[in-house]
Amino acid sequence: MKVMLVDDSKTMRNIQKGILNQLGYTDIVEACDGLDAMSKIGPYQPELLLVDWNMPNMDGLTFVKEFRSRGSVAPIIMVTTEAEKSRVVEAIKAGVNNYVIKPFTPEGLRERITETLARANAA
Amino acid sequence: MQSIYVIPYVKSIQNVFQTMLQLSVDVGEPSSKQPGKPSYDVSGIIGMSGTIQGNVVLSFPTATAERIVSLFTGCELTHTHADFADAIGELVNMVCGGAKAMLAGEEVNISCPSVVVGSDHRVLGRSDAVCIVVPCTCDCGEFAMEISLRQVAAGSAATTTAA
Repeated sequence: MKVMLVDDSKTMRNIQKGILNQLGYTDIVEACDGLDAMSKIGPYQPELLLVDWNMPNMDGLTFVKEFRSRGSVAPIIMVTTEAEKSRVVEAIKAGVNNYVIKPFTPEGLRERITETLARANAA
Repeated sequence: MQSIYVIPYVKSIQNVFQTMLQLSVDVGEPSSKQPGKPSYDVSGIIGMSGTIQGNVVLSFPTATAERIVSLFTGCELTHTHADFADAIGELVNMVCGGAKAMLAGEEVNISCPSVVVGSDHRVLGRSDAVCIVVPCTCDCGEFAMEISLRQVAAGSAATTTAA
């Protein structure tokens, strides 16, 4: 499975990459913001995305809307510090499939990834 | 500045450190920071805008920061490593994001983090906001949270932000 990590923090991308590797996902492409991600989704065609919200150049919500407007149905997990209910609702309306609030434990993120993929496969 | 603005940051830093680093943070008595007094050697800075405006700084002695970053990243990173500042920035980002969620009824945005590395630097906040220093201790060493915020009425928040 091809996974894209979109976060302006290399530290956070490395943590998520480690957790994904533990789950057996090793085909991973990284992007440092929404614009960078937009330039890579065409060639890479990710099948799962983990996306931060607050990033320079293009934030995660804008990226999600752009991504969905292109017709892609790949599952998206927003991994962000934005914890208010209104923000979660806004993200779901934009097309996010699941939501993880930072800080998170490795077990917590693993569960959300597994849950998201199970739902996507069932659909 | 009212304590209701300090408490969310205290709760958040304890949550972030416990969740990401498995570290307990003991918080000391907050006090007003003397104007012009230097912070520690490594400072992660986040700006806040909206109905609460100002900045929040996590400031560490170099050795403490290096131990914390090593725990966070799983790698031995010194303060000169290119990824060191990124790790500090992400920590302060999570602390401020968590606090923001607890500031009920406020419309607040947080900036992308900035990180300063070097001894004897001073982080100067708004001149019209008191800076509260919250001393913190964990197994990696001591550090401080510097909270310099003021509340703005919702209508003037838009004007002030746009200025």
